Amino acid sequence: MSCCDTGLVVAAIAAGSGAIGEEIRLASRDAGGGLRQTDLSVPGVYCGACMATIERELSNLPGVEHARVNLSTKRVTVRWRGSEPVPAFIETLKGAGFDAHLFDVESSQGDPVFSELIKALAVSGFASSNIMLLSVSIWSGADAESRNLFHLLSAFIALPALAYSGCVFFRSAWRSLRHGRTNMDVPISIGVLLAFALSLYETVVRGPHAYFDAAISLLFFLLIGRTLDHMMRERARSAVTGLARLGARVARLAGDDGGHTFIPVAEVRPGMLLLVAAGDRVPVDATVKQGVSDIDVSIVSGESGPQAAEIGSLLRAGSLNLTGPLTVVANANASDSFLAEMVRLMEAAEQGRSAYRRIADRAAAMYAPVVHLTALAAFAGWWFATGDFHRAITIAIAVLIITCPCALGLAVPMVQVVASRRLFEAGVMVKDGGALEKLAEIDTVLLDKTGTLTAGDPQLVVRTGDQQALSIAAALASRSSHPYSRAIAQALVPDGALSLDGIIERPGLGLEARFGADVIKLGRPSWASQQDAAEESSVVLSRAGRIIATFDFHDRMRPGAEDAVGALTSEGLDVEIVSGDSEARVQRLGRLLGIDATAELMPSDKVARIIDLRAAGRKVLMVGDGLNDAPALAAAHASIAPSSAADVGRQAADVVFLQESLIAVPLAVRIARRSKRLVHENLMLAVAYNVIAVPVAVAGYVTPLVAAVAMSGSSILVVLNALRLSGIAGRASPKKETAQAVRLVEAAE
Amino acid sequence: MTDYYYLIPIAIALGLTGLLAFIWSLGSGQYEDLDGAAERILHQEEDEPLS
Repeated sequence: MSCCDTGLVVAAIAAGSGAIGEEIRLASRDAGGGLRQTDLSVPGVYCGACMATIERELSNLPGVEHARVNLSTKRVTVRWRGSEPVPAFIETLKGAGFDAHLFDVESSQGDPVFSELIKALAVSGFASSNIMLLSVSIWSGADAESRNLFHLLSAFIALPALAYSGCVFFRSAWRSLRHGRTNMDVPISIGVLLAFALSLYETVVRGPHAYFDAAISLLFFLLIGRTLDHMMRERARSAVTGLARLGARVARLAGDDGGHTFIPVAEVRPGMLLLVAAGDRVPVDATVKQGVSDIDVSIVSGESGPQAAEIGSLLRAGSLNLTGPLTVVANANASDSFLAEMVRLMEAAEQGRSAYRRIADRAAAMYAPVVHLTALAAFAGWWFATGDFHRAITIAIAVLIITCPCALGLAVPMVQVVASRRLFEAGVMVKDGGALEKLAEIDTVLLDKTGTLTAGDPQLVVRTGDQQALSIAAALASRSSHPYSRAIAQALVPDGALSLDGIIERPGLGLEARFGADVIKLGRPSWASQQDAAEESSVVLSRAGRIIATFDFHDRMRPGAEDAVGALTSEGLDVEIVSGDSEARVQRLGRLLGIDATAELMPSDKVARIIDLRAAGRKVLMVGDGLNDAPALAAAHASIAPSSAADVGRQAADVVFLQESLIAVPLAVRIARRSKRLVHENLMLAVAYNVIAVPVAVAGYVTPLVAAVAMSGSSILVVLNALRLSGIAGRASPKKETAQAVRLVEAAE
Repeated sequence: MTDYYYLIPIAIALGLTGLLAFIWSLGSGQYEDLDGAAERILHQEEDEPLS
């Protein structure tokens, strides 16, 4: 420790906002006229007053031209003059009480698919209502001349609507046919197109029956389902991408003059000298060249206690530097670092997992051949029996129209939309409908420990020490941001009358101060005192070299952890812990929760465990947050990650929960299972409808009126059944969660 | 019977106008932030959409 180190600390702190500013500039895009546009995600915005505060605060910053909050997506768009220094957006928002983080340029683009769907929906809605209006006049007994006129008008409205709105289905059907597969859109497209062609023919020959209304209102109904489905997925996706990124994206390259320049992490080469300030994440795998600090590796390896770093220590990319500034030598490129290794493991794991086929596609694969064969049989039968080609083809097409899977097309998405919405309200983001289906099938749950079952911050357990010693420790600890210090400052009350002078933080060692004539030290036992007996404690307080208090720390359990494990077990699932942390910590937690636990696992060991279980016929749900969990998240049948998870983990997971409580996991499983039941009910309803409707159609009794009533009736039935899901209970009461949060791992000991 | 010849075009033209108005409002970003729009009406400050 020399005076130079202190100078470096000051430089690093001054540059703290510089790093954020540089990231903002890198992530902004050109808005024209010398302006740059930045999108920030501000999850805390929920009312008009917040909106006004944020817009006012940001607009008052020098260099800001315009700021506008989007309350629905909880984002702020700021335009600022690019020629000036980057305004301190994040700090300003923090000052106003809002946490904000940057948005990627790519993820802040609009959603073209959604606006295309909405337009298609509007067009088909307009067309179907107008055609229906004309059809009602026909059904109420228009004379032949008016009927032909109305058919002609309907055809003129239906053609552009079909060409525009129908494309959504035709494109998807064509794509799947070209790959030799069939999905739900194939029978839909065939049904709609044939109905339109038949009606056109009937119109030309002035026949009595045309099915324009059926064809277009079918598109309208299906587009409603599809748009809702897309909306839910998009909302969940944007909520997940709006979360804070944990990886470093800029690195500080050390200059010759003691200063530093920012470079993108991708440009770091082995051998480069980098600075890592306190509070920064290590950008690439590196070796410490100069400085002493404590490193939080929980997100990298799952070890919960901070590790000491000194000259020669090896640091892995993604670890968080806690206390002192470090100068490090890069050992690898960003693409060869620990993170990249995890991504490779993840890709390998994903290849091992067979592609999941959605229920709707499986149903369509069975449904389409049956329906098409029935239509063909009806055509052959009628032609053979009567010799009337026109009549035979009309009846065959009527069979296709009546069986056109309107209810089937809505059966699955409607349930999943209601389920996703229900989970969204509880702070659980479901990436897509397939995730719900997979989640309903799981029978084994693997839980990570650090950051998943435990909250990640240590909890203080006082071992020894009198009242005065404890209040000295509290006063001293309140000056540091080390996790152990924060835990002490949180748990103990400092005595205001105490006077401590010359408080210094010694990175990697502890805190030092003068109390009267004595030197007070709070920190590592070997540093704070010469007594050997104290070695088993994590932190001690010494006065003139004599220990006066000892402290120990345990992980705080994530709120709802016990309830969640209990709920999962009572659902009949096997639950176990897989962790990278030390044996003792993991086993204690396992005993406390009453479940099996395996400790000190490498990332590849977790994947191996999942592969073993899969070989035994199990379907595994992985719940984890660290970089080390990412490959396991990708390998598992279904996966859930908390919002605090590492970026790659969050992307690999099927479901991300934003709330603090782990109760989100059993809630997601329960709703997924319930929605699976409803999907099956809906499919049964659709089949039952066909069992009644098909004989009527084959017998030749289907008129356009019958088709319209039957199809709308079955669709409405399916939608109503799906809505039953929103009524189910299961919201964790906030009161209970708070009580859980206070409970410590220690309580049982 | 001859009423059709002007009543039906009027009906369809009205519907079409509504459709075009909707597509225009969608394109001009009026559905970007429905929750925010509901709150903004309560605040007096100047307010324009960010084009």
